[in-house]
Amino acid sequence: MRRYVIKRLAQAVGVLWAAYTVSFLVLDYLPGDPVTAMAGAGMDSGQVDPEQIAALRHEYGFDKPVLVQYADYLGRAVRGDFGDSVATGRPVTSTLADALPQTLQLTGAALLLAVVLGGGLAVLATYTARRWLRQFLLSLPPLGVSVPTFWVGLLLVETFSFRLRWFPAFGNDGLKGLVLPALTLAVPTGAQIAQVLAKSLLTALDQAYVETARAKGAGRWRIHLRHALRNASLPALTVVGLLVGQLIAGSVVVETVFSRDGLGRVTAAAVTAQDIPLVQGVVMFGALIFVTTNLVIDLVYPLLDPRIVVASRRRAALA
Amino acid sequence: MTTLPDVRSTRWAALTALVTTSVLLTACGSGGGDSGSGTGRPESGGTLTFAVGSDAGCLDPQQVASNETIYSVRQIVDSLTDQDPRTGKIVPWLAKSWDVSSDATAFTFRLRPDVTFSDGSKLTAQVVKDNFDAVPRLGALGTLAQGYLSGVKSTTVTGPLTVKVTFGQPNAQFLQATSTHSLGIESSASVRRTPQQKCGDGVIGSGPFVLKRYVQNQSLTLAKRTGYAWGSSRWSKKGEAYLDELVFKVVPEAGVRAGSLQSGQVDAISSVGKANEAALKGGQVSLQRRANPGVVFGLGLNNSRPALKDARVRRAILYAIDRQQIADTVFPTGTRPATSILAHTTPDYTSLAPDLTSDAAKAKPLLDAAGWQAGSDGIRTKDGKKLGLTINWIPNADTNQPALELIQQQLKAIGVQVTLKQLQLTQLTPTLQSGDYDAAWGNVTRADPDILRSSFSTGLANFYRIPTSGLDTALTAQAATTDTAKRKQLIGQAQQLIVRNAYYVPVVELQTQLGVSKRVHDLNFDASSRLQLHDTWIG
Repeated sequence: MRRYVIKRLAQAVGVLWAAYTVSFLVLDYLPGDPVTAMAGAGMDSGQVDPEQIAALRHEYGFDKPVLVQYADYLGRAVRGDFGDSVATGRPVTSTLADALPQTLQLTGAALLLAVVLGGGLAVLATYTARRWLRQFLLSLPPLGVSVPTFWVGLLLVETFSFRLRWFPAFGNDGLKGLVLPALTLAVPTGAQIAQVLAKSLLTALDQAYVETARAKGAGRWRIHLRHALRNASLPALTVVGLLVGQLIAGSVVVETVFSRDGLGRVTAAAVTAQDIPLVQGVVMFGALIFVTTNLVIDLVYPLLDPRIVVASRRRAALA
Repeated sequence: MTTLPDVRSTRWAALTALVTTSVLLTACGSGGGDSGSGTGRPESGGTLTFAVGSDAGCLDPQQVASNETIYSVRQIVDSLTDQDPRTGKIVPWLAKSWDVSSDATAFTFRLRPDVTFSDGSKLTAQVVKDNFDAVPRLGALGTLAQGYLSGVKSTTVTGPLTVKVTFGQPNAQFLQATSTHSLGIESSASVRRTPQQKCGDGVIGSGPFVLKRYVQNQSLTLAKRTGYAWGSSRWSKKGEAYLDELVFKVVPEAGVRAGSLQSGQVDAISSVGKANEAALKGGQVSLQRRANPGVVFGLGLNNSRPALKDARVRRAILYAIDRQQIADTVFPTGTRPATSILAHTTPDYTSLAPDLTSDAAKAKPLLDAAGWQAGSDGIRTKDGKKLGLTINWIPNADTNQPALELIQQQLKAIGVQVTLKQLQLTQLTPTLQSGDYDAAWGNVTRADPDILRSSFSTGLANFYRIPTSGLDTALTAQAATTDTAKRKQLIGQAQQLIVRNAYYVPVVELQTQLGVSKRVHDLNFDASSRLQLHDTWIG
């Protein structure tokens, strides 16, 4: 067990370092730089003094050799310091810390909704004996996966905010403002959970142990929930781990449509302004959340299925 | 108008249209609703909620250049002067009066005696000096402000309330510059802070509103300054503003802004595009529009490129473009095709409409005469080389791509092959500086015709690589005269020279379009087509 944990931890650190390096290289490769972006913010002027640009670039350390910059930033990043945003001058970490609660609220609510809706759909679809109903329910997840998130968002705003006026169309205020964005984000996520869970539930129901349980006289619900669901939830759990990354990415669109302040909006703004320290911070933050979630899931596996420690390679097969 | 293929292939546009169309249906169904009390007499009090599309993340008017942020931060500061949007005339604000030396190098302002900043400090000549001395230190962070003061020799306090600004060279544009948000006056304590601090924490001004709360990317709240009594001479209300509070909400999605206005969740919205107009017509909303003054949207040509060096080729491009079609197809209703290099709202604008009528029949012989022969694929060639033009553009407006795709078709009709090259926002200036480009799409907002000198004088940046000519003489002379009639004549001459030589191909005037609830009154554009909210009231 200890070797398993250490190995997973090492992997997590490796992923973080790779995310850092790749994002650094990509940002360095991209044309333009944040300093000209700041100066060019007055699109109307066009007349920027190259000397001033050079002075600013020096102030922010963008004139140093790439390797020095890389080592510099990495050294500070390890200590949790991502420097200051070029656009606003605020420390990157506090910008992210301010935006985090809103995004956690949004993604947390969306994940909860997704698990409840997606899980419920999968269980119902596999439980029902009516063929047409099963077919109908099973056709919903592919639909949910394929419709663009912003379309769902605009449709929900149109119906429940502009027409029925039940919920506000934008803003971060309270539970009411959370409903539509969380639902929007939950649609593709829940659909994916439903797809995976329904498939593995169907597989599980064909297994020998289900027959055994049935022979022992267990009821249909009991077999479905206690035996099949428990075994089928493992692949679904892996998917949830991956979906966390998707939820964070999805928050860019959802936070834009619903004008919510959060990591997604910070990301969009940082990318537009080519605010390199902030983009780097966002990437690392996202990677950290993703890695942590997956680490937790990896560590939960053995509790669900003790065989995993013995053959931890199995995870790849499941995913 | 012929039906053109929808060039905006993005799903966004289609969906926005879908959403807003259904909003329109709802609006038709809901009928009257709550209309204003309708007394017609201005009332004090109330909150105006204004949805804007973006947040520049900076609260300092001297640094901000994004229209949508200027709407809000402009209300915090007053300026030395104001500009009448109808006449272009400069009128008193913080300065009661002023003198300009006959060679336009020295500007003396006499300040009102009763002005205080919201931190309690008084407006004195020293405060103005502190402001103008600090502006050059903004450097690249405050390009607009810094540009207005470039060439300043000294700012001197000549009396407790008299301040004199002296330039090394004649600089007639400076008087108008003092009316802009970029040279809005901040308290001395505020000026002493670093540009970054002013950006992040805001500034102390003497304006009719003060900053109350700011959440980046979310909202900006301003409260009425009680006791305010030094408004611009052109405002209709004396003393304090009508509104108690202004709330600017950042709502990036255009369809959501339109729906929020139509459903009464906000009172006004910015950046209404063509796709959202239908949703907002009728009912409780009106559309307000005004062309931005300054250099119109068009193609800045690199006049040093072999093909473009030939005036016949440049003029062929000028004639080939159907401005009316572009304005009607792509831009919001009411957008005017360019009738000069300057928009019609710019002071000293001269109509050159006859020079800018589209006529492909005139364009083709010009290219023939220049030696460009039509090839089998319709594209002209000369000495085995194709007549191609790469237009560089940046995605700073939704209208850019469809407008350019239309231009591409129109130029193809006379045998010019156009390639569109999208640049990152940050790549444009370096590209123009390098001189390695054919053409660039853009515009410049400025309510003073001196913008022609900044853009076309060969002594300055000269992005378009124009050869020295009589144009320089006219541009330099207009900056040196305080005689309004003479300046108008020189500016007229400069416009003619630019258009007739086709150094730049004017296409359409940029129009600012707002959606405003009918409950809101006197929400007025200033001379730069931005907003003045002191006189605004709800009722």
